[in-house]
Amino acid sequence: MLRIEDLVVTMDGQDLTGDLVMQEGARVAVLGPSGAGKSTLLDVIAGFRQADGVLRWKCDVLADRPEDRPISILFQDGNLFPHMTIARNLALALRPDGCRLSPVQNEQVEQALARVGLAGMGPRKPGTLSGGQQSRAALARVLLQARPIILLDEPFSALGPALKQEMLALVQEVADELGALVMMVTHAPDDARRFAQSVVLVANGQVHEPVETEAFFKTPPAAFRGYIGQTTD
Amino acid sequence: MILAALVLAILTLGPIGAVLVRAGGLGDLAPGDLQALRFTVFQATLSGLFSVALAIPVARALARQTFWGRGLLVSLMGAPFILPVIVAVMGLLAVFGRSGLVNGALDALGLPNVNIYGLHGVVLAHVFFNLPLAVRMLLQAWLAIPAERFRLASSLGLTPWGVFCTLEWPLLRRIAPGAFAVVFVICLTSFAVALTLGGGPRATTVELAIYQAMRFDFDLGRAAVLGLVQLTLGFVAGLVALKLAPAQGFGIGRGRWVARWDGRGLARVLDFFWIGLAAAFLLAPLALVVARGVPGLLEGAGEGTWRAAGHSLMVALASTTLAVLWALPLATRRGELLSIAAIAISPLVLGTGLFLLLRPFVNPFTMALPVTAVVNALMALPFMLRILRPEAEQVARDFGRLGATLRMTPWAWLRLVWLPRLRRPLGFAMGLTAALAMGDLGVIALFADPDRATLPLQIHRLMGAYRMEAAAGAALLLLMLSFGLFWLFDRGGRVHVED
Repeated sequence: MLRIEDLVVTMDGQDLTGDLVMQEGARVAVLGPSGAGKSTLLDVIAGFRQADGVLRWKCDVLADRPEDRPISILFQDGNLFPHMTIARNLALALRPDGCRLSPVQNEQVEQALARVGLAGMGPRKPGTLSGGQQSRAALARVLLQARPIILLDEPFSALGPALKQEMLALVQEVADELGALVMMVTHAPDDARRFAQSVVLVANGQVHEPVETEAFFKTPPAAFRGYIGQTTD
Repeated sequence: MILAALVLAILTLGPIGAVLVRAGGLGDLAPGDLQALRFTVFQATLSGLFSVALAIPVARALARQTFWGRGLLVSLMGAPFILPVIVAVMGLLAVFGRSGLVNGALDALGLPNVNIYGLHGVVLAHVFFNLPLAVRMLLQAWLAIPAERFRLASSLGLTPWGVFCTLEWPLLRRIAPGAFAVVFVICLTSFAVALTLGGGPRATTVELAIYQAMRFDFDLGRAAVLGLVQLTLGFVAGLVALKLAPAQGFGIGRGRWVARWDGRGLARVLDFFWIGLAAAFLLAPLALVVARGVPGLLEGAGEGTWRAAGHSLMVALASTTLAVLWALPLATRRGELLSIAAIAISPLVLGTGLFLLLRPFVNPFTMALPVTAVVNALMALPFMLRILRPEAEQVARDFGRLGATLRMTPWAWLRLVWLPRLRRPLGFAMGLTAALAMGDLGVIALFADPDRATLPLQIHRLMGAYRMEAAAGAALLLLMLSFGLFWLFDRGGRVHVED
């Protein structure tokens, strides 16, 4: 499990605090108002931001450097190097030293592309693909990285509703295949409802414990009711 | 990064230390040295004032007039930066020299001739080099005034004077001091211009005094003191320039072009007068270098010139390679600050120090070309970093986190991300470095024997021997090689670049 103990991170002069436990293989949505610290929380977990507290994965304290953490991450944008082919982008998951792939590894790349519906697209540059196809390619690389934690920092926010649902379904399949814990930052309660098994609310400087999705939306916390425009009586 | 910074520090501080140790401490200044200091500051002040004062009407004219060839003219304003000083001097002599165009016209009119040697020649050459720089700085700021402001001024019915007071004067007040300071700093370290057009006790810069102290008197103590004087002067002026450097302002407009009603009628005539004058001042010397150089080149440049051209090419390529190897790890804010120290140090003192350091191991005169390459790489480093740093930081911002999550090795990052993404600015920076090194007439003037001359030094020698046709041919060759190298690198950085 991923355990965050005594988290304190300062952002814009305000502290974000909390304790969190998430099980392996879980799908967790991170919800909250803009600027509340959702992406900051993901940055802390990924190692891009320093914070007080202890982060453990399966009882081991996580390494300091992002590259040493067992984490794949999809950002809002810039998930692919635009000057490299899709195949080259994916190859970096298998050979971070940038060297040539073995025939077996090349086959793995092809399979990953086929798995996300991009068979034969390897030689193309990201700029020649649609937004949805680029997201798929980035997801294919997550599949190749095969890490036990996947962080999604609103990577599909620029996609239309239908495409976004399609991508979330694909993420679910990939996560199930890898048995990975997925944490997804989102602004859309509907996405959280469809995708996540539990919801972590980030609001008022506090990271709340995960709550089972159905229960969360049945009786939303006061901070969340304000965010979605429900009266707080 | 640490290694590169260390090498940079050793190469800048080590030679100064070597000069001081060899000199047995600081020597005394000669009576003429204070005059050199006064002249240096005076000529730099005049050069800065004239460059900026002339740049104001030219930049204003370019900002408010559109005409065929305007883009080309603005691009050509960048050329003097990579123009070898000795070539520019040849061009200026062709226009303003004893048998130049201007004196020819004055003779025809029965008027007294003008003399290009001395203070006015030095200032004239500095204005030739720095007027385009000042114009570009002012023009950039002028064009950054949002078109909406001019539309607003128009709707308020402001007179041209009103427009000047409300929109243009605040801009000039902010940008002109910075432009003056930059030109002033550049002119403080003038050597080749002073060597060719100055000289004599009344027109000697500190750099030239260092050269004379070492070349003619071999007075290392005096050279070291003068080096420190130059360092202090450059450092203080550099700090002032940084403080006065153009700041942001005027907000962001929507970039559409609004016709300016204040640039019509007589104003339009005046604008084209200034544009024509600036174009003639900048292009006539270059045109004359080409015109006078062709016969010299066609008749055969001579073995010495070709050998010197080969030396210059080797120095330019070695300097460029060295500068790139330095710039790669130093393309950060800290690295850039460190490299600026290299500007403040006199290249002549640096070269002398390197020679003294090498002397126990090799005959320093055989090292004239490698030392010139190292000093030129050092001198070009701040420019290279100024070009590369913003782009390198952008790459780190855009892809640094992605690279980290992919666990890319430093070598893979350099090869697959950094170099491909920075190809364009790197090509441009390499082009600048190669052209600057190609045209440099500095350290090499101190130590080269006839067998190891570079092309600029060869031209200087030919001029000194009054072989003007051969010098003109060599100048044209140098011009072609400098611009050719710049073009090759810059073009190389652009071809097949895709996003």
